[in-house]
Amino acid sequence: MENFEPIIVAFCCQYCPYTAADTAGTQRLCYPANLKIIRVPCAGKVDAMHILKAFEKGADGVVVAACLEGDCHFETGNIKAARRVSYIKKLMEEIGVEGERLEMVMLSAGMGDRFAEMATEVTEKIRKLGPSPINLNTSSQKQEAC
Amino acid sequence: MITAERKPLEELIEYVRPYDRILLVGCNECVTVCAAGGRKEVGLLASALKMAFAKEGKTIDIKELTLERQCDPEYIEELVPHIEDVDAVMSMACGCGVQEIAKRFKNIPVFPAVNTKFMGASEQQGIWAERCQGCGDCLLGLTGGICPIARCSKHLMNGPCGGSTNGKCEISPDVDCVWQLIWDRLKALGMEDRYEEIIPAKDWRTAGGGGPRKIIREDLAE
Repeated sequence: MENFEPIIVAFCCQYCPYTAADTAGTQRLCYPANLKIIRVPCAGKVDAMHILKAFEKGADGVVVAACLEGDCHFETGNIKAARRVSYIKKLMEEIGVEGERLEMVMLSAGMGDRFAEMATEVTEKIRKLGPSPINLNTSSQKQEAC
Repeated sequence: MITAERKPLEELIEYVRPYDRILLVGCNECVTVCAAGGRKEVGLLASALKMAFAKEGKTIDIKELTLERQCDPEYIEELVPHIEDVDAVMSMACGCGVQEIAKRFKNIPVFPAVNTKFMGASEQQGIWAERCQGCGDCLLGLTGGICPIARCSKHLMNGPCGGSTNGKCEISPDVDCVWQLIWDRLKALGMEDRYEEIIPAKDWRTAGGGGPRKIIREDLAE
């Protein structure tokens, strides 16, 4: 468990959070490599199925990163994403997986430092929680996902 | 539409626990519209069940299939090629669909994945409300197109009762007094005299009081 390196899938809206990740890189900020970023056209496009499949295929944590409130290019995609994340957290609790493994964040494109901070915080949180209970019994599946 | 809600996952897990191969069947009609049992919900439930069992170290094989309708035998036939390969079927359709599958396949257990709720309409995205109880003798023509049977907490034929306050029902401030709505609408239509007509006691035999109901169209029935 001491050497546990969580796999965290981060669905990042291409407008702000994905650019924030770029900004973090441009600023030469270090953040854990545990985050596997998936660029999406809008956080509102991240379906419940995408989140569940990430966990099913071996993710220990999932982040949905959206633009700040009022800044969504599609007006309310970020608000819809936040509602969906709350719904999936409840479903995860029903499954028996901690809802804290799913995180919703909102960032602007200029918040490179905040992106790096968030990546560190989320990685530490998941590291403390340990491997996803699904992976404990399906380690072979996780290897496939990697 | 007929509305439904997914059952608690805990209950569904217990239904399928004895089996290794499940056919999870969705329905493209009402339960798709009310986000309870369409293709997307089939995918979500399959994933949730797989994870719940994976947590216990068990691998469960779930085949996903969504039929155009589950309340017609023609569509149920589409399950035939798949039924041999599974130990049990779980249906995400309303109670009609579950029973059609049970009727067609005598030797395989069928479980409901949703609780069928009521005949309702969309109030707004994500909110569905009861509108009809299928009483079999529609009186919407007398009540301005608003149903007191489905929407009055007491199913009063001649309301409102003393529990109506500021247009709300006494059971909850979130529930409209339907007789207030009926009065407001009749007034807006200039049909206040309709309100003065006493609706006689209802014959509930058409509502199911006379036993299970059936419609026979002789020109169509073979």
